Amino acid sequence: MRSFFRMIAAFSVALVIVAGLATANVQAEERIVIDGSTTVGPIAKAFAEYYMSLHKDVNVTVSESGSGNGAKSLINGMCDIADMSRFMKLKEFAAAVDKGRMPVAHVVAVDGLPIIVHPSNPVKGLAVEQVRDIYMGRINNWKEVGGPDVTIVRISRDTNSGTYESFAKLVMKKKKIHENTEYVGSNGAVRQRVQSTPAAIGYAGLGFVDRSVKALAIDGIMPDHNTVSSGVYPIARPLYMFTNRYPKLGTHLHAFVTLYLSPRGQEIIEEIGFIPVTKY
Amino acid sequence: MIETPDKINRGDLGRRLMMGAKGKRMRMIGSRIGHSALVLAASSSLLALLFIFYFIIRDAVPFFSLEGVGEFFTSTRWYPSRDEAEFGALAIFIGSGLVTLGAVVFSVPMGVFASLCLSDILPFSLRQVVKPVIEMLAAIPSVVYGFFALVVLAPMLQEKGGSLLAVGAMLVLVPLTIILIVVVSDLTSNLFAENIRKIMRIMTAAIAAAISFFIVLKVYHFMNGLEVSSGTNALNASVMLGIMALPMIVSISEDALNAVGRDLREGSYALGATRAETLVKVVVPAAKSGIVAAVILGVMRAIGETMVVWMASGNASRIPQPWFNLLQPVRTLTATIAGDMGEADHVTGSSRYHVLFVMALCLLVIAFISNLVSELIVRRARKNGR
Repeated sequence: MRSFFRMIAAFSVALVIVAGLATANVQAEERIVIDGSTTVGPIAKAFAEYYMSLHKDVNVTVSESGSGNGAKSLINGMCDIADMSRFMKLKEFAAAVDKGRMPVAHVVAVDGLPIIVHPSNPVKGLAVEQVRDIYMGRINNWKEVGGPDVTIVRISRDTNSGTYESFAKLVMKKKKIHENTEYVGSNGAVRQRVQSTPAAIGYAGLGFVDRSVKALAIDGIMPDHNTVSSGVYPIARPLYMFTNRYPKLGTHLHAFVTLYLSPRGQEIIEEIGFIPVTKY
Repeated sequence: MIETPDKINRGDLGRRLMMGAKGKRMRMIGSRIGHSALVLAASSSLLALLFIFYFIIRDAVPFFSLEGVGEFFTSTRWYPSRDEAEFGALAIFIGSGLVTLGAVVFSVPMGVFASLCLSDILPFSLRQVVKPVIEMLAAIPSVVYGFFALVVLAPMLQEKGGSLLAVGAMLVLVPLTIILIVVVSDLTSNLFAENIRKIMRIMTAAIAAAISFFIVLKVYHFMNGLEVSSGTNALNASVMLGIMALPMIVSISEDALNAVGRDLREGSYALGATRAETLVKVVVPAAKSGIVAAVILGVMRAIGETMVVWMASGNASRIPQPWFNLLQPVRTLTATIAGDMGEADHVTGSSRYHVLFVMALCLLVIAFISNLVSELIVRRARKNGR
């Protein structure tokens, strides 16, 4: 019996110590929780790395679960910042207001949506209408747009993503994407599928396009820094971070969501391959 | 040597054999506590199942009142994210079925033959090595299979396409036809009179070999001519799922074949049966129920798998043309749930949220039925006194 009581005593002492440590930890660190788009995710991650190197007492966690999930988290108060590659939908806004939250948008960068094909594909450019016709299933062979005689393999982001929503809005203009279209779960997977499939066409964020795939000129305009930021390239979109109300001035949260306005923030955005909204 | 009464009383456990009233009571309380703890543990898993059923049904039912029943099961138009959304899941059901069928065609013959080889052909010492190695396939996480399918198998299918398919088909067909030829010639040799048996046996083997060689050659040429436009398709997913289902099929059906016992086999040999006859006519029928249960469990593994099909099947919500064309992308129930989960919420349109629960319910019902069937088969076999 005695040993039993001794065990309980030791256990409770250990519990108190652990609890003490845990609360001490919470007090010492301020947490910023970020969730949302896989497109904006890399920006948030790079910002987080940079910000945490400046402020050792701040802990920033970044999850990438898609724009819709980010909005959901913000509405439910599960995160401080929702990364989104599309604007909030009316229903999401209403749901947030219902819960007493006021989403505020911060446009942190601009992203083009390059249409990408395999490097061996001789097609150099398409009109937006042609891209739409391809995804609608009206054009099914590369030969119809000046390429080789092979069936086009359409690749799209999954309907979960902001990238898909942007594409649906900017290119498809409410027309249905043909049912014979493959859906993949991330920007990286789109690139992977396109670089390994000679007959493929796909779209991904500007930051994901490298030499392993070929970006097409759309309406005669190549997607690059200048054409996207000036709005000349037709398939471009702003990238958002949403907060609940405008963050209180002087807080870490405020400093974090305004990081994109600083010269260093602009550099980071350029390094990842997106277009900053500021020009220094 | 004479033992003292005290030692006898204490026994080996170091406690008295006879208990006082207090000890008895303590013991009863102890056993009650142990008993109820075990019952609680057992019933909690049952409760978990009931809860899952309850919550899935609760969230599935509103879909039917919102959108009706007809469209979901008959239409192939799956556009859940549009303003005027369409929820036709027929193509998705067919996609799930097709991928599973492909996995079965790939894994069941291979698994059953492998288990036969393990239980009756290979020497014991080799079996002790081979079986654990096959079972190791089950330990690989499904996302690793999916990654392999996306990064290695899909590009390979696109580049090598037809020739790869042809080689793959040969790998399966050649051993299969050889086994078939041997078994056929073995089984038919009894039909002939004693004096010509040997010659007729060679003759039938030769005829069977000629026919199957012709068929195999045709298949090879057909496969070689095929073009694969996209490597993430139903075939890719089927092959991956088949590999994933293999260890389960091999392991369980090998156990069933082993349970048949040496006496039956030796009895068969004693009656003059050959090894092929023993296997085909005695061992396999005796282990039938175990093999069927293994196959059903393997099928369930294939239907329920998510990550691999999400990465390997292409996710195009469309019935392949023609329907058995495994070289076209398909979309499955599990991948749809995983892929559409993020945007589906009460917030963004409730039909889109509830439709996923309907799919989950369908999966659950399929799993429930096939579990029940396999349980019934095993039980009936046990009753018949295997």
